[in-house]
Amino acid sequence: TPVHRGKSPVLERALGRPRSELSLAAFALLFSELVQYCQRRVASVAELQARLAQLGHHVGLRALDALVARERPGRRETKVLGVLLFVKGPLWRALFGREADKLEQANDDERTFYVIEREPVVNTFVSVPRENSSLNCAAFAAGLLEAVLGAAGFPARVSAHWHKGTTLMIKFDEAVIARDKSLEGR
Amino acid sequence: MSRSPGRKQENHKISRELFVLTYGALVAQLCKDYEKDEDVNDCLDRMGYSIGVRLIDDFLARSAVKKCRSYSETADMIAQVAFKMYLGVTPSVSCNSATGNEFSLILDKNPLVDFVEELPAERASLCYCNLLCGVIRGALEMVHLAAEVSFLQDRLKGDAVTEIGITFLRKPEDKKHRRN
Repeated sequence: TPVHRGKSPVLERALGRPRSELSLAAFALLFSELVQYCQRRVASVAELQARLAQLGHHVGLRALDALVARERPGRRETKVLGVLLFVKGPLWRALFGREADKLEQANDDERTFYVIEREPVVNTFVSVPRENSSLNCAAFAAGLLEAVLGAAGFPARVSAHWHKGTTLMIKFDEAVIARDKSLEGR
Repeated sequence: MSRSPGRKQENHKISRELFVLTYGALVAQLCKDYEKDEDVNDCLDRMGYSIGVRLIDDFLARSAVKKCRSYSETADMIAQVAFKMYLGVTPSVSCNSATGNEFSLILDKNPLVDFVEELPAERASLCYCNLLCGVIRGALEMVHLAAEVSFLQDRLKGDAVTEIGITFLRKPEDKKHRRN
């Protein structure tokens, strides 16, 4: 007999306010399994980070639309500063329960910005052995952020680093900065 | 595990969307890595088991419940306390057998499928939420209850409801000590 697939009416439902928050412990354990699963299938720390970034990417792409529809109905960020403040504030709060600690710009590079978190929520139950010093969780968040920025019209490369806690380094494409400058010129 | 004092984790919650989307990313990755639905289902079950054996500690610590004295109490505990605590929903419980060891949890709402409209055509046998079965199984094992847990019905597969079946397995020693 053919297997029937059910179609859920999820697309017809209203977006509504974000419903309940869920237990951090449950997420942390899920995330831990995710990391272990990836670890078993890769041969290097770099590959692991790439995998986690991919998974974060998947999440970021899907989180953005619903979030923007709720937080900024009818408006779209067009300036770099605008999207960065959106990331540091509403996006971070909606996903991780609190704003990112700091947003900084690189002194010597107009394309580079930093989102800094002393103790990222996703790192809560992660202890990294000295010999690994890999950035498991941050790589996930970096992939997430990269997807969000790209989908929002601000293509960038985002990487994770140990610095002042965890720092996500955002390097926008040249075109983004050029566009921003021309917008200011008007 | 030592960690600098820093900011206290007063906020023990995470966004539901982050959780649900991360779960989706996991399932999507498994679908990329495994061709057969059964393999994905197995993997989800095993990962769930691994989570369950650790989650039970968090559950017992936060719920401070007394020891359950019957399978029925246990099933109620899972539905009304554990599901509520971790997924924010309360499935209804029904007992399926006269022997009193088979139960069903009917999930009216299931956050894990918040963003899932339907299964892809080539993944018709995928048990999208199979992780839950492993979690329940692993958690029960840590309190010395052996059980088989699986999805009996799944809305994503076209069934009317989503139903998880829990069958408590009697340990061989039980038969020796039974009064009747």
